[in-house]
Amino acid sequence: MELDPLILSRIQFAFTMTFHIIFPSFTIGLAAWLATLEGLSLATSRPIYRELFDFWLRIFVIAFVMGVVSGIVMAFQFGTNWSALSARTGPIQGPLLAYESFTAFLLEATFFGVMVFGRQRVSRGVYFFSCLMVAIGTTVSSFWILANNTWMQVPVGYAMQGNQFVPTDWGAIFSSEVLWVRFPHMILAAYLTTAFCVAATGAWYTLRHRHAEGARVMLRMGLGLAAVLIPLQLVIGHLNGEYVEAHQPSKFTAIEGRWQTEQPARLLLLAWPDEAAERNAFEIGVPVMGSFFDSLTFDSREPGIVTVPVNERPPFLVPFYGFRIMVGMGLVMLFVSWSGVWLTRRARMDKGRAPPRWFLWATAISFPSGFIAIVAGWFTAEIGRQPWVVFGALRTADAVTPSLTTSAALTSLLVYVTLYSLIFPAGTYYIWRALRAGPGAEKTTSNQGDRGLIVEPARV
Amino acid sequence: MPLDLMQTLAAFNLVHFWALVLAFAILIYGLLDGFDLGVGILFGFNADPVQRDQMMQTIEPVWDGNETWLVVVGTVLFAAFPAAYAIFLSAFYLPVVILLGALILRGVSMEFRGRSGRLRGLWSGCFSGGSLVATFVQGTAIGALVEGIDISNGEYAGGAWDWLSPFALLGGFGLVAGYALLGAGWLVLKTRGGLREWSYRWLPRLMVLTVACVLASFIWTLMGSMDISHRWADSPEWVMVPLVLVLLGAGGLALSVRQRRDRLAYPMAAMIFIAAFCAFIFSFWPWILPGDLRFYQAAAPPASLQFLFYGAGLVVLPVVLIYTVGVYWIFRGKSRPIDP
Repeated sequence: MELDPLILSRIQFAFTMTFHIIFPSFTIGLAAWLATLEGLSLATSRPIYRELFDFWLRIFVIAFVMGVVSGIVMAFQFGTNWSALSARTGPIQGPLLAYESFTAFLLEATFFGVMVFGRQRVSRGVYFFSCLMVAIGTTVSSFWILANNTWMQVPVGYAMQGNQFVPTDWGAIFSSEVLWVRFPHMILAAYLTTAFCVAATGAWYTLRHRHAEGARVMLRMGLGLAAVLIPLQLVIGHLNGEYVEAHQPSKFTAIEGRWQTEQPARLLLLAWPDEAAERNAFEIGVPVMGSFFDSLTFDSREPGIVTVPVNERPPFLVPFYGFRIMVGMGLVMLFVSWSGVWLTRRARMDKGRAPPRWFLWATAISFPSGFIAIVAGWFTAEIGRQPWVVFGALRTADAVTPSLTTSAALTSLLVYVTLYSLIFPAGTYYIWRALRAGPGAEKTTSNQGDRGLIVEPARV
Repeated sequence: MPLDLMQTLAAFNLVHFWALVLAFAILIYGLLDGFDLGVGILFGFNADPVQRDQMMQTIEPVWDGNETWLVVVGTVLFAAFPAAYAIFLSAFYLPVVILLGALILRGVSMEFRGRSGRLRGLWSGCFSGGSLVATFVQGTAIGALVEGIDISNGEYAGGAWDWLSPFALLGGFGLVAGYALLGAGWLVLKTRGGLREWSYRWLPRLMVLTVACVLASFIWTLMGSMDISHRWADSPEWVMVPLVLVLLGAGGLALSVRQRRDRLAYPMAAMIFIAAFCAFIFSFWPWILPGDLRFYQAAAPPASLQFLFYGAGLVVLPVVLIYTVGVYWIFRGKSRPIDP
């Protein structure tokens, strides 16, 4: 592989995006969970909710800040590395990203300050309002990002003016059925990710015989939420598969991994491609199930990769395995959450008995399942879109900044890799320390300023 | 394709509007993130551990929101003037990377510093170093922009290091002084005791430095042969606006320092900043890239500008301003160090 500005820019985008998405995946759900805890605390006045709130807030602060600083990079990367794309699609992508910063980024960043430092300064109502604003901000933010990415995946509502993509119908862009299956898919993924982190924390404390009350609440709420959301997510996920099948045959056939058109079609579990021969050198498949999953019949004809022109085929391995990793994680979540709900109910009926240890271990080690599923899913979506940056309309190779040199691109990539290698372990370590300390521990979130800055009445 | 006159007029007005919003967002970013970057710069010059914690505490609740205005600047440029966004960010490839890297380090170090034992020194260094580098790079980019950048066929045609020139370096120094001035003004407003006195001692020095840099770069611009130089020769009467503002700001700041008026320092420092900003804006308008690209040439089509205007411009922006003021109101008054 020749290192040119194009491949370096793609690696950099993938790297910074992967790093960034980890934090929103966690904080979108966490913001909602914190708002819920604060609401419960207001409604019931039970101290446990306040204790859990303060505990998760300490973790939220670190994850949120990592998300903010890595998010700023994304806003500028379109221009630095993909200026040809920006100049051409700016009339559509620009407004979508501008709306994101106006309606969401500012909202969450501004009220975040109140959430972390304003406890002593505002009434409980205003404080709860701030928590809600942060939660709404994170969710709205993902809406705009998904609107933007969905337009790149399935471009609608535009016309070409010279070589610029000009919006002709914003309504079509926002009412695209693709957006309305992808946005819920991402939000559910984020909520599931957080639910599993919360449940895993509860399981871990239970195993360690610490924070019994808080651990019970975390286990129950985390697993309960996951148990409700995961079937929904599997259905929405299937609908996402349908949009890919309808609009992006090149991505779809790569995910399926079938080279030749088949009737009835097999479902491949494992495969290794032989691209020159247009077949798999090795594969393990289940007969007929391919037709069933793609069309819900047992004898449908399903297209193969060969139906896509050679210069429009995405790489094989990442979409194929990324998709399987994502679905596999979904099944893990289904198993853990459903067995969990059943076991915790049984444990509660049988007073004083904790759920079995094997289950607690399984829950504790399943904490990264959401993150893995999200990253795998995004890799499937983005690499499966190749060689297009705007599907069917603009190639990635034509989108890169013309003046970008290999050395400049390499420099920026190295800068980001170095920085992220410093801050990621540090951030993870501080989150780990907060988790180890547990709820009710001594607060050390800031420069001793965690309780908010005490004010004296303003002098008149 | 012929457009009827009404549509042309409407689009033209929207171009005006978004150019104003862009200028406004840059100014807000400078005035807000300017003071917290400035506090970060001054942090490196203060060795007292207690005072350093106090400095951090004054900006902790607000820096995050302040920094987000940079994203607003970037995305408004992308949305309303995509051609300019593509050119600027290609031209300033390396400075943008350095700026973002510095902001990343600085942002996380603020959160990490309070939690760390042995690494506290490292995070403190990242905080002040990151603030300094981020500011310096912003200043050099502004300087390079004033000098003009190479474009051909609507794309950047220069090299990766073109932005680094003597004039740009002066811009870097100027902005470091200017942000530190805003930072000192903020500290005076927010603190008491030793730190307040310390900040008062810094104010006059920083004011002299800032005004000197602004004047030097202005004179350099007039003497130079940049595209911008001729603009001032054509309409010299406009010089009065920044000049009056600078004099007012400097006078007010001197008064604030002499009489120890805590609430006067930041607004007066802001006035000096606004004066420099006005000179900058007058130099450009109606060019977004002097001599190469006018605002209306770089603008997105009417359909994009209208979509932005009726939502973000008319509804969201006022709401943002209201809650931003609201949050500053919540954190008003002096911050007092809390005993650990």
